[in-house]
Amino acid sequence: MHQFEVHPLMGQNWEVAGYHVPFTNSAAWMLLTLVVLWLFMLGGMKRELVPGRWQMAVEGFTGFITDMMDTNIGPQGRKFVPYVFSLFMFILFANLLGMLPTALVGVHAFTVTSHLTITGVLAIVSFAIVLIVGFAKHKLHFFSLFVPHGTPLPMIPLIFVIELVSFMVRPFSLGLRLFVAMTAGHILLKVLAGFVINGAAAGAGTALIVSIPSFVLMVGITLLEILVAAIQAYVFALLTSLYLNDAINLH
Amino acid sequence: MPQIAQIGEIYASQLFWLAIFFGLILIVVGYGMLPKIQATVDARDAKIAADLKTAEEARARADSLEEDYRAALDKSRAEASRLAGEAKATAAKKTEASVKRADASIGKKLDAAAAELADARKAAMAEIEAVAAEAAQDMVAKIAGLTVDKKTASAAVAAALAKGK
Repeated sequence: MHQFEVHPLMGQNWEVAGYHVPFTNSAAWMLLTLVVLWLFMLGGMKRELVPGRWQMAVEGFTGFITDMMDTNIGPQGRKFVPYVFSLFMFILFANLLGMLPTALVGVHAFTVTSHLTITGVLAIVSFAIVLIVGFAKHKLHFFSLFVPHGTPLPMIPLIFVIELVSFMVRPFSLGLRLFVAMTAGHILLKVLAGFVINGAAAGAGTALIVSIPSFVLMVGITLLEILVAAIQAYVFALLTSLYLNDAINLH
Repeated sequence: MPQIAQIGEIYASQLFWLAIFFGLILIVVGYGMLPKIQATVDARDAKIAADLKTAEEARARADSLEEDYRAALDKSRAEASRLAGEAKATAAKKTEASVKRADASIGKKLDAAAAELADARKAAMAEIEAVAAEAAQDMVAKIAGLTVDKKTASAAVAAALAKGK
């Protein structure tokens, strides 16, 4: 569990509006995410008519999100592409950077997205954008989102309540899904790594039976975790775009 | 689980730094870089579409040129075959006329030759009759010892010739 601990690196006494805001290891990995993402995007800024490999890769990502927004929302979705793209890239890079074996050089990797405080805030921001856009665009008519077409009149109050609850649960499911997926993956790897080391320490026999199979399993799960890192970023971006679609197109 | 155990202690710092760094990503990457990259992609797509359109137009032009060329070719071919037909007809007429002319002249020559041949045959016949009469006269004189005059002998030969025919 040590890998999830947040501890200050500097500025222990920094305060903003009375709140204690030291520069923590979590903040450091957010900064790293920003720098790596910026460098990655810089490679796509050559803006050549015939793209090189790097530019192709960057355009692949931007095209992926732009296409997703176009298919899910339509032309009006273009306005939200910067936000969803930032969200997707931030989560993806934070997930992947948290997987780096930086402990080899003495730095403990930290997965920003394994913290409920981060994923929760991102989910609340997405949800808030959905609410703001929905109410700004449709005023109180936005509540008709909770009454699907063709609902019989006596059912409306019940359906309304159910739909409202499912709507209100969205930010929690959005934030918790990412947090749980990242935490569980890292804990699983940590448990298996513990098996490898403790098994090897207990003698050659246990090393053969326990350590080696656990190590093989770890290799596979590490690959799976890389996949999960991408999938969770995609799911977060996809759900955000679907929720935005509800708010913009309202059935 | 430190994520939950530490919340009270770290939430302000997490929120503060997330706001700063995610905000920077949103401004620098999302609103700064992304539209430019997307503009490049869009410009490329537009360029490709324009190039395709130009190519399509060029193809259409080439098609119409080929059509014209083919039409001109067909026309000149028809003209050529018409001219050839006319020439053939003229030549056939000319040939027919010359053949007719040649036919007439050959017929004339043939008639003349036939008449000549008939004359020759008549002369030869007369000669044969004369010789035969003379021979008959001699034969009668030698065998019978009679002297037959030329007129009687000729009449006898003519009768024999007419009978032998």
